[in-house]
Order: sequence, then structure tokens, then C-alpha cells
Amino acid sequence: MKTIRRLRRNFEHGVHPAHHKQQTESLPIQRVPFVEDYVMPLGQHIGVPAKPIVEAGERVRRGQLIAEPGGFVSTGLHSPVTGTVREIGDFRGADGRFAPAIAIEADAFATQQVDAGPGMDWQSLSLEKFIEAVQMAGIVGMGGAAFPAHVKLSVPDGVKIKHLLINGAECEPFLTTDHRLMLERPEAVLDGAEIMRQKLGAEETVIGIEANKPDAIRTIRKHIKPDQPVRVVALKVKYPQGAEKMMIKSVFDKEVPAGQLPRDVGVNVNNVGTIVAVADYFLRGMPLIERVVTVAGPGVTYPANLIVPLGTPVREVVRFCGGLKPGTREIIMGGPMMGRPIASLDVPILKGCSGVLVFTEQETAGRTEYPCISCGRCLEACPYFLNPSRLARLSKARMFDEMKAYHVFDCVECGCCTFACPSNIPIVQLIRTAKDDLMHRKEPAE
Amino acid sequence: MKKSDPDLLLFHAPLLRQGMTTPKAMRDVLYALLPATAASLWFFGLSAALILVSCIAGAVLAEWLFAHREARGESLRDASGVLTGLLLGLTLPPGLPLWMAFLGGFIGIGLGKVIWGGLGHNLFNPALLGRAFLLATFPIAMTTWVAPTGDGGFLSIYPGNLALPFMQAQVDGISSATPLGMLKFDRQVTEISQLAFGNVSGSLGETSGLLLLLGGIYLFLKRDLDWRIPVSILATVMVFSACLGLFDAERFPTPLFSVFSGGLMLGAIYMATDPVTSPVTPKGAWIFGIGVGVLVILIRVFGGLPEGVMYAILLMNAATPLIDRYTQPRVFGRGAESK
Repeated sequence: MKTIRRLRRNFEHGVHPAHHKQQTESLPIQRVPFVEDYVMPLGQHIGVPAKPIVEAGERVRRGQLIAEPGGFVSTGLHSPVTGTVREIGDFRGADGRFAPAIAIEADAFATQQVDAGPGMDWQSLSLEKFIEAVQMAGIVGMGGAAFPAHVKLSVPDGVKIKHLLINGAECEPFLTTDHRLMLERPEAVLDGAEIMRQKLGAEETVIGIEANKPDAIRTIRKHIKPDQPVRVVALKVKYPQGAEKMMIKSVFDKEVPAGQLPRDVGVNVNNVGTIVAVADYFLRGMPLIERVVTVAGPGVTYPANLIVPLGTPVREVVRFCGGLKPGTREIIMGGPMMGRPIASLDVPILKGCSGVLVFTEQETAGRTEYPCISCGRCLEACPYFLNPSRLARLSKARMFDEMKAYHVFDCVECGCCTFACPSNIPIVQLIRTAKDDLMHRKEPAE
Repeated sequence: MKKSDPDLLLFHAPLLRQGMTTPKAMRDVLYALLPATAASLWFFGLSAALILVSCIAGAVLAEWLFAHREARGESLRDASGVLTGLLLGLTLPPGLPLWMAFLGGFIGIGLGKVIWGGLGHNLFNPALLGRAFLLATFPIAMTTWVAPTGDGGFLSIYPGNLALPFMQAQVDGISSATPLGMLKFDRQVTEISQLAFGNVSGSLGETSGLLLLLGGIYLFLKRDLDWRIPVSILATVMVFSACLGLFDAERFPTPLFSVFSGGLMLGAIYMATDPVTSPVTPKGAWIFGIGVGVLVILIRVFGGLPEGVMYAILLMNAATPLIDRYTQPRVFGRGAESK
């Protein structure tokens, strides 16, 4: 019976990368010191960039609102430091493009105390006011996608959320931020979850944690208050267990229909980091001005789990960790499966940045591309049961329209296919190229 | 950006890979074939070595000759040409003239792979295409079988091997029928134990069923092989011959005989599983394997030839794109409506 139940806690396909978490999973979260200069891009989330409400030369306090939401799918932005706005202009972002940002120079003599209130009387807030508060607090999905959290909370009429699902899978190799948060701040996780659950009117909270974090499972279970409808579910260690639709399949054995959202099956999914941010805002008055970042990989001298103020340059974070080892070839923001390599150390830490990973020659070498031999490993890896081999071939032939029949838009770019490909074909990249072309194509006028 | 910063690579995610590469997978198949290759040397002596080397030389020469000038040598890195040569060699009779073996390897790669666009683009299994070419061109030499272990030990070679190109069509040597030929034409049944260990006449690699199976298990453990294909082929052949046996146990071969005789093991484990020419979808693999199994028995029992593995696989190769098209897996979150 137990095995049957364990088998059910799973989704089909997926891959098993070595998880490489030993480097940082037992290191307590530390705070990095304040540095001189911060750059806060206005578009740190998916959606419309925020609108600045400060001017160059203006003095700002840590935690003060410096930009307000630019639309509904947008969030507020707060100063990560007490200091002076140096410039509002275009700065290079992680993708290498120039994007508008607010540069702040820290005041070396300030205490950096946040004069936020004791929190909020969240219980008396109406749902609309609650959603607005989440938006103003600048809270986004902290797992990596950085999708504004309040948008997920705004459920259309007639849709009933039954389950609040907290995502503590952390299936990306190397990353240990959610693991450490669950160990060190279990109360914050549970309090944040309770706030969300009550506001959403959900019946229960389920916390999904991969089975390779038994200490986190134990700690959370120990802190559950008897009157809270919370249960912790141990999940099979497999990538992408933390992809929300896969997790819903694992926990509730439900498939979210293609093109629909988790809410359509009555589930709201939030990352552990997001939930902690909610608790911090409503119970302690702290808006989102810092986040936990795992700094790891073979190329970093002292791996660590750090609380980093947003806008801190990667250079300063790496310096705090003892600098780069010789032979560094690649620095990744986020996890190695879905993160983004950065070209320069001057890129700032953003709301969605869960890790800074430093790879050397050994992890990056040997990427010769061979022809596709239709071995089918990508088909057996794809958790969406797509045919990546066919999609990649069609994309190479630029037959993008034919790819629609093979459900190219169902692909979430989790990277399983590319990870499994023995011919090193950049399948995800080819699929993205096709999606981009199909989405931005100008239809010829009839 | 400071001068002291390292030059950073910018690849697209995912930035990790599992360790397997295509050349490694090809080499694994070569390793898996080593025991069976050694057995062919044991049974047929130096002749076997010469035939295998000739086939590989022909295959590699074609690969090299037809490659783009800049890419010359690159296509040899993935070991697929060597593999085609070896597989072809294992399907040939030990007494075959060496120049024919060489030509077979050359044609197999040239017509079977290069003109389709190289590795990954061919419709038919190159080794089997080379063999089909030889069978059509030199029908007598290709069906003249000799008994294992010639009279003079390892170093003696079958006289047919040294025939001059295009001069002697005649192949001499003491011919000896294969177990399938004996069954078909003389109604003589060979012992299973003899078949399993390979001490029978036949082509170089189709003699030792157990060693071929051993290599197959190695490939399965290394996850280099779609197990559905050999399993469905062998199961279909066994079930089909058992059914026929119900009608007339005298006339039709037993399931075990069917599985261990002829080129079935070699074909089912090493040729039908060629990823390029077999379906990529799991459901397609089952259909493909069942198709091969049915065709093998139909040709063996009702056709004019004693053996039908080659044509069975080539025919199903031709059906592969169609099978793939109609067996796309059901996409997550979509009903049966998706194709």
C-alpha cells in the first residue's frame, strides 16, 4: 500500500540530473554586507515595467517605494538601501540588453534600519485590498519566473480555489535557498501559507517537498499548528518536480488541461520564497527588497546561501564568497536547467534570481553537436509528452507552422529534452526560436 | 566589465547534460558486438576477419570519400561507418569473395546513408541495404554457405574469399546448408543447443544466438537500445510460430528454433533497433517490432526464401515515417484528440 501511494506521488517522464546540493545544503543563510552601488531594473518581473516615482539626487530610505506598478501585471519596487538616487537611465541587464533602471548610491553612514510598521491587520483586509497590498509590496514568484504574485491571486468569478500548494520541491540542481528557508524559517513559511490560504478561501494547504530534503519535511511537520489544515507531501526526486503542473499531477494526480492554469483545477501554487515574502510583508512590514541566493558551483571559492539586497552586482556577491577560481568559464543566474548565463559580473541580483552558479571548463566542455539519430531519449524525457526530436528538426528546417500541430506552445522549456540529448542538439533554443517567430510574425495583409 | 574578468560563455539553458553522446552510443554497440565477432572468428577462422575488415574498409572509404572536404574525417568520429561495416560483415557468408564484401560496405554507406544526407537522415538501415545489394547482384555467392571450422584450423581461409573481382563468378568450397535452408528444402531440424552456441553453418554473425543476446543485454543496461523493438520482434516470432505449430507441428518450426535460427537475433537486437530507421515513439516501436516479426515468419514459412529477416526489417524501415506520424504520444493535459 505504501509503495502504491509513493508511486502515485509522481509525474511521468522527466530526468534525473545529479543534484549537487551537498555544497550548500548544510550552510546557514548569511547576510551579505551593504555595498556602494545598487542598480534596480524597473522590469524585474514578467509584465509591464514599474514606473519610477523618485528623481535623480533624491534621498531614499531602505524599504521606501521608488517605483509604482506600471499596470495590472506589474509590481511596486522598493529601495534596497538607504542612500541617494544617482541616476535613472538605461543599464545593461542580465540578457545583455539595455533596460531602464534606478541606480542608487548607498549612504555609508546610514543605519540601514527599515522603519516599517509592525505589519498589517491582514485579517480585516478585503480580498481586493489584499491583492493590491501584495502588488505594492513588489512580491513576485521567487522560484525563478518572477511572475507577479498578485495576478495569480486574482481569481475570476466562478473559480473556486480548493488547495493552496506550496512548492518546496527545489528540483533545480545546486540550488538550496528554499531548503534553507524551510529549515531556518518554518514559522514564516507556515504563517505566510495561512495568510494566503485564508485570503483565497482554500480548504487546505499542501506543502510539496522532494524526498531528498528529509530534514525540511521534518521541520515543517513539527511546526504545523494543530488548528491549521496543512499537510506535507514528500515527492519523488526528479526534475522538473517543481514545475507547477507537474507538481499538481504528483500531489493531486490531476492534469491541468493544456492552455489552462492551475486555478482551473482549483489549485493555487506558490513557491516557498514567495510565501515567506508574503509573511514578511504582512507580519513584519518588510516589502520585497532582498532575497536568498545560493552561490555555488565548482568555480566559486566559498559556496554559500546568502540574503542579498536586490540590485547588488553579482561581482560583489562573488567577491563576498571569496572570488572566482581560475578557469571559470560560465556564470549562471538561477538554476542550471532553466537559468540564464550572464556575460558580465556587473549584472545586478534580481527578484527572480535564486542562484549564482559558477562553472569551470569541466562542466562546459564537450558540446560538439551531432546529427539527430532519432534515439527517442528526448521523448522519454519530456514531461509534456511532446516529440522534441520532431520539433527540433522542423525548427531547423524553419517549418514553424508545422510545429503548431506538434503542440510547440505546450512546451514550458524545462530543458529535459536537451539535457537528455546525446547529440547535444540545442532543442530548447530551437523551440524558442520557433515560438518567437510564430508569436511576433507579422501576418501579411490580405 | 573589468580586464581581469574571465571570458564567459553564453550557452542557452539547460547548462547541464547527461553524460551520453551519440559517438559513445555507437561505440557501445561495437562493444556489444565483440563477443559475437569473436565467435565468428572462432568458427570461421581468418576468413571471418578478412570479410569483416573488407566491409569496414569499404564503409569507411565511402564515408570519407563522400564527405564534404572541410568535414572530412568528422563523420568518421561518430563510429557509425565502422558499425555499419561490421554489421554488414556479420550478415555475409564466410566464403564470400573479399571484393564483394568491400563493395557491399561501400554501397551500404554510399547508397544507404550518404545520398540521403548522412547520419540521421537515411530511410533504410545501411548495412541491410548493402546486403540487399549484394544478394541481388551476386545471388550465388551470397547463398553459398560453408560449414564452420574449415579443415586447416584458424589460419586456413576459404578458397572463395580470394576470388578476383568480376573474373570468377563461381564460388567453390564445400557448401553446407544453413539450419533454415535444411528445414525449408530438406525438412531437417537442427538441435537448439547447436543453434544457441552457433556451431552451424550460416553467415558470420548469425550463428551464436546466446552471445548476440548477451550484447543485447549490455546495450539494454547501458540504455542504448529501445528494448521494445527486440522484445516485440522475438515475442511475435515465438507466438506466431507457436500458433502455426498448433496446425501442423511437423511442418512448422518450433518457437525456439525460429528465434535462434538464421539472422533473427542479429536483426532484432542490432539492426531493427537502429534508432535512425526505426520509429521514435514508444507505441511506434511496438508496431514496428510486431510488423518485423510477422513478416519474418511469413517470408520464412510461405515465401520462396529460407530467411526473411533482412527484407522484413527493410520493409518496416520504409513504413517508419508513417508509423511515427500516427503514433504521436498523447500530450500532457490534452485528451485523446491530439494526434
